[in-house]
Amino acid sequence: MSESYPFGFLDEYAKKEVRRSALKAVAIPGYQVPYSSREMPMGRGFGTGGLQLTLSLLGKGETLKVIDQGSDDSVNAVNLRSFIEMTCAGINTTTKTDEADFIQSRHRIPEKALREDQLIVLQVPYPDPLVIVEPSEDKRKMLHGEGDYSRLLVKLYEDIVKFDEITISHRYPTRINGHYVIDPSPIPRWDVPRLHQSPALILLGAGREKKIYAVPPYTDAEPLAFDDVPFRTEDFIDESGQRRSCKRCACTTSFLDEFVDSNTGEKVYQCSDADWCDEYVSTAPQACEVING
Amino acid sequence: MDKVLEVENLSKVYGPGCASCFELTGPDFDTNICPNCGSVVAAHNVSFELFKGEILGIMGESGSGKSTAVKCLNFDQAPSSGRAIFYDDDKQHDLFNLNSAQQRRLANHRFGMVYQNPNLGLNFDISAGGNIAERLLMSGVKNYTGIRCRAKDLLSRTEVLTERMDELPKNFSGGMQQRVQIAKALATNPPLLFLDEVTTGLDLSVQAAILDLIMEIQQDMNTAMIVVTHDLGVIRLLAGRTLVMKYGRVIESGLTDQILEDPQHAYTQRLVASAL
Repeated sequence: MSESYPFGFLDEYAKKEVRRSALKAVAIPGYQVPYSSREMPMGRGFGTGGLQLTLSLLGKGETLKVIDQGSDDSVNAVNLRSFIEMTCAGINTTTKTDEADFIQSRHRIPEKALREDQLIVLQVPYPDPLVIVEPSEDKRKMLHGEGDYSRLLVKLYEDIVKFDEITISHRYPTRINGHYVIDPSPIPRWDVPRLHQSPALILLGAGREKKIYAVPPYTDAEPLAFDDVPFRTEDFIDESGQRRSCKRCACTTSFLDEFVDSNTGEKVYQCSDADWCDEYVSTAPQACEVING
Repeated sequence: MDKVLEVENLSKVYGPGCASCFELTGPDFDTNICPNCGSVVAAHNVSFELFKGEILGIMGESGSGKSTAVKCLNFDQAPSSGRAIFYDDDKQHDLFNLNSAQQRRLANHRFGMVYQNPNLGLNFDISAGGNIAERLLMSGVKNYTGIRCRAKDLLSRTEVLTERMDELPKNFSGGMQQRVQIAKALATNPPLLFLDEVTTGLDLSVQAAILDLIMEIQQDMNTAMIVVTHDLGVIRLLAGRTLVMKYGRVIESGLTDQILEDPQHAYTQRLVASAL
């Protein structure tokens, strides 16, 4: 395959276009730059936006990490990784956040703080946060242009009225550099503060919706909220007021996934970021309660 | 008296328009459709002044251009020509020369609009309180408790039960929807309020209550208003001065009492006679 396709699967013109769009996205933080979004050998909606960014920006000798919901081993991550390995001869892959130059991710930002020399690409299903309040794209563009996001705040208001708190669990509308509000892809609220003043460049690609946008390094990212009802992240506090810990590595500072133990029927919590969990297990073996080996 | 609004030669033509549009339409020709190019001259050369705390009535039959004039001023439609100056404290805004962001900002902050159909003024998918919150949020208020208090205030002011502020307006009666719409329009304490046929279609007792409310608002807040209606009763009750429009032209203007007691134009005479 590497012989019949050019490096990075896409032809040079397609890659050039994606790069130009990415540059524009960096130049106008939070602005959704339209691009052509080529046909990929996978269905739109399976990460084609992130994949096109990765294929266009990745260079020989660089090290790539692909994660899906924090895991390097889930189907989406494995398939994307092997596709990129197949079409980009001379790149390295890793599962370690530290070692990666380039991270493509679906729905999570790694727990470990990213560095200036790293870059993260997020796969985005719905790029426009205004789509829930305004069906017409023309009008949405006007609202974006004028920075008028009052209708999103009305949504938050209605949430607080009905449920006493803001109930958006993921895709939390976030204002970039004081103007454009983005849909930061379905990352949990936990990851939203990580967008703020991030040393690493964050690129977001929506393949089906044909949009690229960015949170450049050291840029303000401010989740929408009221003055007196501030934004808050998941706290993972149980009934007794204790912070839940990871069943596997006992970490109490990471984002946890909840699942049901198929043997005992109990609710079990485990780090969503697999690399973080592995590292925690190896550095703190005394706290380790390994499940399933 | 402080001037709030000055409108000069406001015109609105729907269609391609031609040189003879204005010459071949109007009450003298009994039409507002240009025989030459088929354009509709909805309003032509509408000029008036409005002062602080004053209620100006615009009266006329359906299609006379009264709503069009107000919609142009509220930026719902762009006029074909004309000038309008809005005097806001020390500042003057040349309404039709602002860019769309400035226009929207002005409409959000300084104008209030109440439509005949609550569907146009209210978002039926969000609660009554949320509708008021929307306007406050548009004008930059970012405090949840503050918004709640203000919404409660406004709803009790317009006599909507505050217990129902978190209900969807579609569950409300027509009169109540209209009150919520008025509350929403008043949210930012606008110095200028446009009321487009606000009592049309409501039953008489509800009409009376809404009219009372409008007069109260005018007394308490010294809001300047433009009331568009075809109902002579409403004009008589509310408006100090009145314009009478027909086929897009102002055919008569002056003090309401004078117009109703001593109408000069044949059309106004017929209108007044038919109502009495």
